[in-house]
Amino acid sequence: MRTAIHLSFGALALATLAACGSGTTDASAGAPAGSAAPGKVTVAASDTECKVGASEVVAGTTTFSITNGGSKVTEFYVYAPGDRVMAEVENIVPGLTRELIAELPAGAYETACKPGMVGKGIRNALKVTGEHKALTSDAKLAEAVTGYKRYIKSQSDTLLVKTQEFVDAVKAGKVDEAKELYPISRTYWERIEPVAEIFGDLDPAIDAREADLAEGEEWTGFHRIEKDLWIKKDVGKDGPIADKLIADIKTIVQKSNAAELTPLNLANGAKELLDEVATGKITGEEDIWSHTDLWDFDANLEGSKAAVQALRPVLEERAPDLVKTLDEKFAAAEAALDRHQKGDGWQLHDELSKAELKALSDAINALAEPISKIAPVIAK
Amino acid sequence: MGLSRRGLFGLGAAGAAAVGAGVVGANTLLHDAPAAHATSTSDPYPFYGEHQAGIVTPAQDRLHFVAFDVITDKRAELAELLQEWTAAAARLTQGKEAGSFGAVGGAPEAAPDDTGEALGLPASGLTLTVGFGPSLFDDRYGLADRRPAPLADLPKFPGEQLVREISGGDLCVQACAHDPQVAVHAIRNLARIGFGKVSVRWSQLGFGRTSSTSRAQATPRNLLGFKDGTDNLKLEDADLLRDQLWASPQDSSAWMAGGTYLVTRKIRMEIETWDRTSLAEQEQIFGRDKGEGAPLGARAEFDPIDFAAKGPSGEPYIKDDAHVRLAHPSSNGDAHLLRRGYNYVDGSDGLGRLDAGLFFIAYQRDPRKQFVPVQMRLARHDALNEYIKHISSGLFACPPGVRDAGDYWGRTLFEA
Repeated sequence: MRTAIHLSFGALALATLAACGSGTTDASAGAPAGSAAPGKVTVAASDTECKVGASEVVAGTTTFSITNGGSKVTEFYVYAPGDRVMAEVENIVPGLTRELIAELPAGAYETACKPGMVGKGIRNALKVTGEHKALTSDAKLAEAVTGYKRYIKSQSDTLLVKTQEFVDAVKAGKVDEAKELYPISRTYWERIEPVAEIFGDLDPAIDAREADLAEGEEWTGFHRIEKDLWIKKDVGKDGPIADKLIADIKTIVQKSNAAELTPLNLANGAKELLDEVATGKITGEEDIWSHTDLWDFDANLEGSKAAVQALRPVLEERAPDLVKTLDEKFAAAEAALDRHQKGDGWQLHDELSKAELKALSDAINALAEPISKIAPVIAK
Repeated sequence: MGLSRRGLFGLGAAGAAAVGAGVVGANTLLHDAPAAHATSTSDPYPFYGEHQAGIVTPAQDRLHFVAFDVITDKRAELAELLQEWTAAAARLTQGKEAGSFGAVGGAPEAAPDDTGEALGLPASGLTLTVGFGPSLFDDRYGLADRRPAPLADLPKFPGEQLVREISGGDLCVQACAHDPQVAVHAIRNLARIGFGKVSVRWSQLGFGRTSSTSRAQATPRNLLGFKDGTDNLKLEDADLLRDQLWASPQDSSAWMAGGTYLVTRKIRMEIETWDRTSLAEQEQIFGRDKGEGAPLGARAEFDPIDFAAKGPSGEPYIKDDAHVRLAHPSSNGDAHLLRRGYNYVDGSDGLGRLDAGLFFIAYQRDPRKQFVPVQMRLARHDALNEYIKHISSGLFACPPGVRDAGDYWGRTLFEA
């Protein structure tokens, strides 16, 4: 069954990929020459506003040019219904302009700026009109994978940037700065971890916890530095560990972007991310020194949602009731987590009461059961 | 190899079988042994009936009890969950899997609709009994005006040290079976069906019954080593069951007709200090002899108790603060309880002692007239209090039985 799915998908994928083209690039890569002026939309983002230059565009390629005039780092998204990410650009620092190329079929969308990179963002409606060919079911599956790979690309690009910043701070011995950057760099890691886990030996090198190690095994990666930052309060000897971390991240980003994924990978990845939350983050085992587990929690939840939303068109066709349940339960889980926002980040795990952790656990259990029903729907 | 001691209690005699829940196929291995069960330990009990099973059903050997908080805010979802649970329970109690595909019959890409640990195990006498706690009748589900009067909050009893986290609950499910794996499997699958609608608040395993609910059963012992439940309400006591166990249509809440009220108390026992207590003192505390279970001054377990009888010294055989005197219906305006408790050991307490005791379960028509006065008397005067501590409490209205496949647990509450 699994093999059959893979094959039929593989045959259709080529056609769809050719039809849809690539999703996002950012300004550092330069806007392609083909993006004509009519398809260009400027976005003026600030800490409180998100002024999008057009509320209606034609189907096809649109290039958004986002300028951050605020004081907080921002992000820009284009969402299809259910917050399915069609295109996004992250890490737009104050003063910078970045470009986002989105491939949008006709339909109703929303744009969002996210000052501080948290929350639902400042939303605007975006109508896309014009011709657009409806995809067949198998083509929708192929498009799901393409869409999710787009997500992996955007996340892994920022993972590289943020991990580099973290590593630089560690190597410069800037403990406070490194502590601030630790949960942020991990956010991008945790969103795509199931894909990273495909490459068995790299995941532990990057993310092993002290308790995971056998006697005599070398401990590297995020958590090794975490312990030095929070417990030893000295990262003077962590230069080689930091170098290895960024090298491993570079390798895994490269591999992740090249990875061949199947629709079932997406469905199972969405479930695995919630399993991560249930076993590691609710219990506070992931970040036992820094207690920044809720950053990882949020990232896992977002990563899971991205995979589910990529599959949404297929699910809407095959299991509309399940889509409704998933929407409800995702919203409930997000609301449960949002209660613990603090500034641009989250409360620390050890600041939460047992009752609050139970409420989070209940929300994840409520969501994970319907998510476990996606795989058989996708496979049929 | 001979049969174990557990075997003597665990296998039923044929003669008494039909008295029980109407199940035939009784085990006839041990004609002379005390009858602990009304049926073979592997057979199913009927799920459908006027009353829920698991109440007068001859007490099975094992318990898994769970209390849930309802976390959905939608009344319709709650009613739907009770229908899903009913359907799953109708299957599970008959030795089937929780869902129609089962642990290994579904699509390979799908998570199985049964968790699988009971594959190959028989029904094992599994009963599943549902109850509604007082908190379910708050303002969340529009049920406030349906709260039955007997479901009045229990008063504070002297000496109790209740732990909130293991007390109360909006819903409860009592799973009793002859095989602990079967009981746990049932609770686990119901909890899974409930994710997003209910959340496990607390749960309790019991490894050995401490009461008989049928004259066909031998009286078992609690962890203090004494027979428990000798004068329990039993399924053969038709008149008493009618008067003191089942809610009647004339009672204040008609939807409860055929139902009953459940009180649970987790009672930690200081078994280490008890074990250092002399036999004579132990027997005086209970008011019964340890070997036979006979009332002090009498000879056999079921001899009538004469609370006035005095020994050679002129003192009553059964002291004023003896457990049996204070708990007996004759001291409590003829208030009876149908007790169905289980021994528990929850590991150890970190102080070199076993964390052990009794998970007390009692069914009755009106706790205000039955459990409350009896427990108030015990809490004030019982000599046993030196060795026990009540650490959790639960109160639940158990609705009438599920009549057929078109009915569900709590239908009379939600659809009237």
